[in-house]
Amino acid sequence: MIRITFLMFLIGLMATPSAKAASSDYPLADAEVDLGDKAALYRGAQTFMGNCASCHSANMMRFSRIGEDLGLTEEQLAELLPTESHKPGDVIETNMPADYAKETFGIVPPDLTLTARVNGADWLYTYLVSFYEDPDTLWGVNNAVFPLVSMPHVFAAAQGVKQPVYETEGEGERTRKTLVGLEAPARPGTMTEEAFEQKMKDLAAYMVYMAEPAALKRHQYGPYVLAFLLVFILVMYLLKREYWRDIKH
Amino acid sequence: MIKGLGKWVDDRLPVSHFWNAHLAKYYVPHNFNFWYYFGSLLLVVFVLQIVTGIWLTMSYKPSAENAFASVEYIMRDVEWGWLLRYMHSTGASFFFIAVYLHIFRGMMYGSYKKPRELIWIFGVLILLVLMAEAFMGYLLPWGQMSYWGAQVIISLFSSVPVVGPDLALWIRGDYVISDATLNRFFALHVIALPLVLLFLIGGHVMALHEVGSNNPDGVDIKEHKDSSGKPVDGIPFHPYYTVKDLFGLGVFMFIFAVVLFYWPDGGGLFLEHPNFTPANPLQTPEHIAPVWYFAPHYAILRAVPDKFLGVLAMTLAILILFVLPWVDRNRTRSIRYRSTAFKVNLFAFAAAFIGLGYLGTQPPTTLGTLASQILSAVYFGFFIALFFISRRERTKPVPERLQ
Repeated sequence: MIRITFLMFLIGLMATPSAKAASSDYPLADAEVDLGDKAALYRGAQTFMGNCASCHSANMMRFSRIGEDLGLTEEQLAELLPTESHKPGDVIETNMPADYAKETFGIVPPDLTLTARVNGADWLYTYLVSFYEDPDTLWGVNNAVFPLVSMPHVFAAAQGVKQPVYETEGEGERTRKTLVGLEAPARPGTMTEEAFEQKMKDLAAYMVYMAEPAALKRHQYGPYVLAFLLVFILVMYLLKREYWRDIKH
Repeated sequence: MIKGLGKWVDDRLPVSHFWNAHLAKYYVPHNFNFWYYFGSLLLVVFVLQIVTGIWLTMSYKPSAENAFASVEYIMRDVEWGWLLRYMHSTGASFFFIAVYLHIFRGMMYGSYKKPRELIWIFGVLILLVLMAEAFMGYLLPWGQMSYWGAQVIISLFSSVPVVGPDLALWIRGDYVISDATLNRFFALHVIALPLVLLFLIGGHVMALHEVGSNNPDGVDIKEHKDSSGKPVDGIPFHPYYTVKDLFGLGVFMFIFAVVLFYWPDGGGLFLEHPNFTPANPLQTPEHIAPVWYFAPHYAILRAVPDKFLGVLAMTLAILILFVLPWVDRNRTRSIRYRSTAFKVNLFAFAAAFIGLGYLGTQPPTTLGTLASQILSAVYFGFFIALFFISRRERTKPVPERLQ
């Protein structure tokens, strides 16, 4: 019975789900993040610098750290730097003035360093692929997991703009539209759906890495620490057995 | 030469006396089980928190302006900073896991009973101070949950009649949680409360070593001594339990390392996801959830419709532990020889605590509040039921010696 209680305690602890920051009932797709795939992280970094960094900062991430962690050559690292005057020791800053951003988008685009840790990789990936046409908004697009988002569809040319599928309830003025799914764009984008989704997965993976570069270190040292502890446990077990040989019980 | 130096010191400082009194000639029952690992583990975790804490303060900046960024600086730019930070954050959760199991052990085997009441009282004091310590430490990363969690808890004090608002103001040092609050919480977290904890732990262990350890049978080993005055069922703590506890420590560290290296945020329980957003006094999060180890008490707070009464209930939930040695009127210590009614009561209490812990992390719902109310009743009902059950309890005969 004591063991059962303990087990219940553990299960209770493990099963407690945690509240996510962004709430929406739209199902999240699997971002399939593999931090071991350095090439994918580099592709994601390039996408980030080419498409996100003009408006968003990531001011806790240094270029040089990306270079070290992903094993980049000097040329590869140089490709990530926005201009020639940037140095590898710099952090990712945006050169868009805050008041201009506020005027254009209504808000200052948030810093993205830790976004993946706040919302999770799957949310991020689903967000990136779930922009859809909505003429009622400022930019003519809305997002399935981030309703009324202030960001335009940056990848509209590549992905095309998806079409919403609504379910309507009620009649007349009390009609309520709920988004139930997204359909293929009316005009296809320049990339195939698969290629685009892969590009967004790479971007999500990069942002997961950027939110916690130490994850690579954790995974690097983890096996050695655990292996040492297993040996330690074994030695201590044998030592304990040896000492306790003379205790009758 | 070294022996001579050792003797020189020993003549002036009771080193060998201490060694013998607390380790080499400190006799403990030979039948300790799984539940008896947590005492020594807690000492290790305490030291771990102190040591990692010292190194964290070397890079942490206790100011509203820089706190959040300095934690990320530790995570990214400080050599091994990520390891220190995760050891400290994982250590906090493991501290509470071990503390709750340690308390439950005491309740199962009647370790709070005569002559160990004072050990128990020291223990409850440690729990109280540990909770304050954890609460203040949680403000330091200055994320959204740090900020709003502290906001919710400190505003509770303002519900105290008459002095409430002034009390909350006095705690915060400002009208809102601010730089002043962060600074004083930092001071309390890194020096004041750890010192208090150190003294309380000292008292806890000294009181324990004065009367000796209880055991899963609840049998007093001092009743049967051999001709040289050693308890026949006792074995010296060192080397027997030092090697056994080292084995337990290995297993504990293994689980600790699995979490630290592969699951440091504990699925949002050990490090809450919204806490990776810097504190923003202008934006209240949708759902403010306490860290898991405060969740049971938070659920009790929310179960009571009136705010001040809720605060009282939450406080009472911990303070009531102080009187447990006198609520339980039965002299049989161990659960092994107690009645079914006692067992049911105790496990209902444990289940209620876990259930409240789950509910405390969830957004409030009508059904959730109702469940919290029922479980709170079970939580407090445990003490009332125990008072009556233990009056004329039919217990099994307790053996003379350890089984």
